[in-house]
Amino acid sequence: MVAQNVVFGILAAVMIISAWKVVTTKNVVLAVLYLVVVLAGAGAQYLLLAQEFIFVVQVIVYIGAIVVLFLFGTMLTRAPIGRDTDLDNDQRWLAALTALFLVGVLVAVLSDAYGDTHLKHLDIQRTADVANSMFGPYLIPFEVVSVLLLAALVGAIAIARRD
Amino acid sequence: MLLNQFLFLAAVLFCIGVYGVLARRNAVLVLASIELMLNAVNINLVAFGAYSHNIAGQVFALFVITIAAAEVGVGLAIVVLIFRNRASIALDDADLMKG
Repeated sequence: MVAQNVVFGILAAVMIISAWKVVTTKNVVLAVLYLVVVLAGAGAQYLLLAQEFIFVVQVIVYIGAIVVLFLFGTMLTRAPIGRDTDLDNDQRWLAALTALFLVGVLVAVLSDAYGDTHLKHLDIQRTADVANSMFGPYLIPFEVVSVLLLAALVGAIAIARRD
Repeated sequence: MLLNQFLFLAAVLFCIGVYGVLARRNAVLVLASIELMLNAVNINLVAFGAYSHNIAGQVFALFVITIAAAEVGVGLAIVVLIFRNRASIALDDADLMKG
């Protein structure tokens, strides 16, 4: 368990620093690339929790597809490749205050509710279990989500089409 | 491992995402901050699923990832459309409905 805690600490530090860079860096492309680090770190956390399928999906869907979409969006909107001084608005301090307040409330509530709850003997949740669950009790949500994805795809094409 | 360490990490990531949504002008970066928040939620779901030995956490995280993909697709299409119409994706320039 000690090794897992060390890995968790390293991953968490890297993720928080990269997430901070995503919201503060002056370079749009760099911000998207820092987002990749955060997403990969989240995937590694899933692996640490012995949930393999969600890790694979995280890598394929987030790092493989969504980040590419973001880079496409960045390029299509002709973002400057270098530094850009105009990325933040003037409510930065108010936003920081809100975020700090929210993190304070969340940490207080969580440490009150789950003070020293330990994650003991994680069982590996295999892909077959996910499949059995998804095509068993969660079949209807699965179908609804597939229709939603199709509608979003058609909608995105209809919105962005040049006619 | 404590359950709380995952929940605290998710809380910090979520709040960094909130800061990004509130403080960024560039619409693409606002969408990236929303992705940070969705990922924090996913870490929570997976941690609770591992804690309660329940597969539902993983399944719901998969649903959230799907919704996030749909949201990014539509969101970036809207951003591209705004850019085409107003030649800028700064969110405080898109104030057509401001009274």
